[in-house]
Amino acid sequence: LILIPGRSSKQGTSLTKGKLESEYLEVTSTLEMNPDDMARLGLRDGDRVRLSNASGEAIVVCKGQKPDALPAGFMFIAYGPPSSQLMDADTASTGMPISKQIPVTIEKVQ
Amino acid sequence: VKTKDAVMSASETEHTKIVEHATCTFCGCVCDDMDLTVDLRAKRITKARNACVLGRAWFAEHTVEDRPVAMIDGTPCGLDQAIEEAARILTGARFPVIYGLSDTTCEAQRVAVALGDLINGNVDTTTSVCHGPSGIAFQGVGESTATLGEIKNRADLVIYWGGNPAESHPRHFTRYAVTPKGMYIPNGRKDRTVVLVDIRATPSSNAADILIRVKPGRDFELLWALRALVKGRRLAPDIETRTGVDLATLEDLVDRMKRCRYGVLFFGMGLTMTRGRHFNSGAVLALATDLNEFTHFVAKPVRGHGNVTGADNVVSWQTGYPFGVNFSRGFPRFNPGEFTTVDLLARGDADAALFLATDPAANFPKRAIEHMRSIPVITLDPKETATSRLARVAFATATYGINTAGTVYRMDDVPITLRPVLDSPYPDDETILRRIKDRVTELRARRPAAGAPPPSRMFDSRLR
Repeated sequence: LILIPGRSSKQGTSLTKGKLESEYLEVTSTLEMNPDDMARLGLRDGDRVRLSNASGEAIVVCKGQKPDALPAGFMFIAYGPPSSQLMDADTASTGMPISKQIPVTIEKVQ
Repeated sequence: VKTKDAVMSASETEHTKIVEHATCTFCGCVCDDMDLTVDLRAKRITKARNACVLGRAWFAEHTVEDRPVAMIDGTPCGLDQAIEEAARILTGARFPVIYGLSDTTCEAQRVAVALGDLINGNVDTTTSVCHGPSGIAFQGVGESTATLGEIKNRADLVIYWGGNPAESHPRHFTRYAVTPKGMYIPNGRKDRTVVLVDIRATPSSNAADILIRVKPGRDFELLWALRALVKGRRLAPDIETRTGVDLATLEDLVDRMKRCRYGVLFFGMGLTMTRGRHFNSGAVLALATDLNEFTHFVAKPVRGHGNVTGADNVVSWQTGYPFGVNFSRGFPRFNPGEFTTVDLLARGDADAALFLATDPAANFPKRAIEHMRSIPVITLDPKETATSRLARVAFATATYGINTAGTVYRMDDVPITLRPVLDSPYPDDETILRRIKDRVTELRARRPAAGAPPPSRMFDSRLR
């Protein structure tokens, strides 16, 4: 699947409170998914999943989005420490690592 | 009838202060119409009239916290001791990096650049992981630009591409580009057509008349197809398969773009952080330029942090380049990929780092963060962060705009003067940086490092 990290209102308000506070850590550890993908993978709201790729891995909690909000195969997460773990440091000589549309493998954590 | 001012002053008491026309520096909108109510006893802002959800949190959460003014290796220490240690680290380093700058005043940014020059170091800003690719595109393609005031007063076609301002810049719609009435837009929202191009539906979609869902990773192809149509070329019939958008939708959009009186393309991280990067931004800029054969069209990046635009301006007028600047040879050199911070850290080049008002340990790629842990790090931040936790020297600072006066640039390069409302027990970034720079100057005069690069000729008369 493809992961799209981005900003959200909650991420913005919680980072002002403090980036070491539980609210920010929770917001940046919530993975929004297409409900069809969740059904296909046998996932329910609140399940913990491991996202991994060659760069690293992160354990986050998944949550279903409205059916049309995300294309099938795409997931959204607010920027934060978990999404950093999955970013490749290669910038193709631009200074900018690919920070959206990151390929990841997803598996349920029991 | 009571005037607004009369009501305001009537509500002021011995323990309450009202500050009008204060500025929010949370995001690049830099809204300067905040009316803040300050509880002087609790030393906090209790109300922020006109603020959006992000602004309200910004003002409510920046209180005077009970933190030590500085820490060395996690142990509280005095300011002098921390300045001494920071100066020692930077003087002894062979490849020090100064990074961040986008959440502080232009006055502090100016000292940060001078310090980078003095230590023959590297100066880079959060632009490199934001609209850095757009900065590269500006150099290659050029920019058809405008202020947000001009857009508010004139734009009848507003296109957002690869962004979600409803969540990231909530007042972009209501204060600048979508709903406000303007000189030539007497009916506000009714006189504008709003188009949103994105790969997903977001809260911003509700604001759009036309929503175009591009296939992920195909923004460049879609922009180039629009350019071809603008120039009257015919497109291959498989354009929908390639971009996810059918030909009729594209032709309708091109028709609207050519017929509008004043069009604007706002573009976001959906273009710069994905495959194509500066080519995507360059395609937006080129499309806007093409459209000026038919009507007036501009393109603006939607900028994130409160003074990231100031960082671009200050670093540009001081060094000639907007970000990713290296002083190791005694004069500024610019090379994204070589002198940008993610690369310097991930490659292991940097042997010390000063992070000014930024938290790269929370948002850089893992490999860059790992290197950060192996070198001495200095942080200046109003809050404790993942980066301040791993720092050798961590300074607690006053918050710009709330505690500190100075200048910031709105995302359309308009400078705005800050109006602070509360005193802070902590020094501001500029004061700390000046003291570090002064101490580094003394240490370098006393013990010039063997084999050190030649001193810079950049700022001899002005800033040393």
